[in-house]
Amino acid sequence: MTYIADLQPGDSLSTIELQPVSRIDLIKYAGASGDFNPIHTIDDEAKKAGLPGIIAHGMWTMGNLAKLFTPYVEEGFIQDFAIRFKGMVFIDDRITLKATLLDHNSSEMMFEVAAINQHQKEVMNGSVKFLRHKISEFSDESIGRMNV
Amino acid sequence: MFKEAIGTRSTVIKNTVERGAVKKFAVAINDLAPIYYDEEAGKNSRYQRNIAPPTFPVTLDFGTIPNLNLPAKGLIHGEQIFHYERPIFVGEEVYCYTEVKDYYEKTGSNGRMGFLVIRREGLDIDQNLIFSEDRILIINEAVRKGMGF
Repeated sequence: MTYIADLQPGDSLSTIELQPVSRIDLIKYAGASGDFNPIHTIDDEAKKAGLPGIIAHGMWTMGNLAKLFTPYVEEGFIQDFAIRFKGMVFIDDRITLKATLLDHNSSEMMFEVAAINQHQKEVMNGSVKFLRHKISEFSDESIGRMNV
Repeated sequence: MFKEAIGTRSTVIKNTVERGAVKKFAVAINDLAPIYYDEEAGKNSRYQRNIAPPTFPVTLDFGTIPNLNLPAKGLIHGEQIFHYERPIFVGEEVYCYTEVKDYYEKTGSNGRMGFLVIRREGLDIDQNLIFSEDRILIINEAVRKGMGF
């Protein structure tokens, strides 16, 4: 088990290479997210919109990018997640997800994150601030305070 | 036209973070970690319950901003920013609304572009912020002119 807290500036989280993007991925995401814009699922509609073919939902790629941090959910959570969409993702694209630690202090860790396609082009980039838990957080007392 | 819309907001909508919806969403981004769906794993975690993935708010209902008519085509999602005070818990109720936070224009190589900032917030029952989301939508000159402004 590796701890996110052990990372030093310049270190990266384990890179994730997604399976080539498939139509069924985007149909599933449309259903789960409620975003039924047909440019993400139906070829004719994508072409009518001037696209060469269907494109992934930007939020599908962003949702995937967040999972770089899922293994560390016991240590903390993503407090800030800011993304710029830089390029479109098409069917059969092979997307690689990356996060590199820029800076940290006792509780906050700033990462530079990106999703890169098979042509080494960034389709999105941005930053994640990962907030490490304090020892007492989410104790019974604090959960009572959150009133949930 | 968008400038005048700054500050207008939807009514508040009560959402329940449904267990099945969270699992389905985790499956759709291929991030099916036990913390998102396994009750035992949730209980044994430091959150003492299941949580939702960070981009899960895309599934929630934030209501509609009155009189905000966005073009059906030519709108580009330029940026997306989430902020969390804490993770969203499975089963909790989240009170959601959306508003026009800002609108500004900039001249670039493709003409004069409009930037519309739509803010969404999720609050707990005591109106404490759980998360916020800003999405920046880019409207190009041709589309803006097509809308008559």
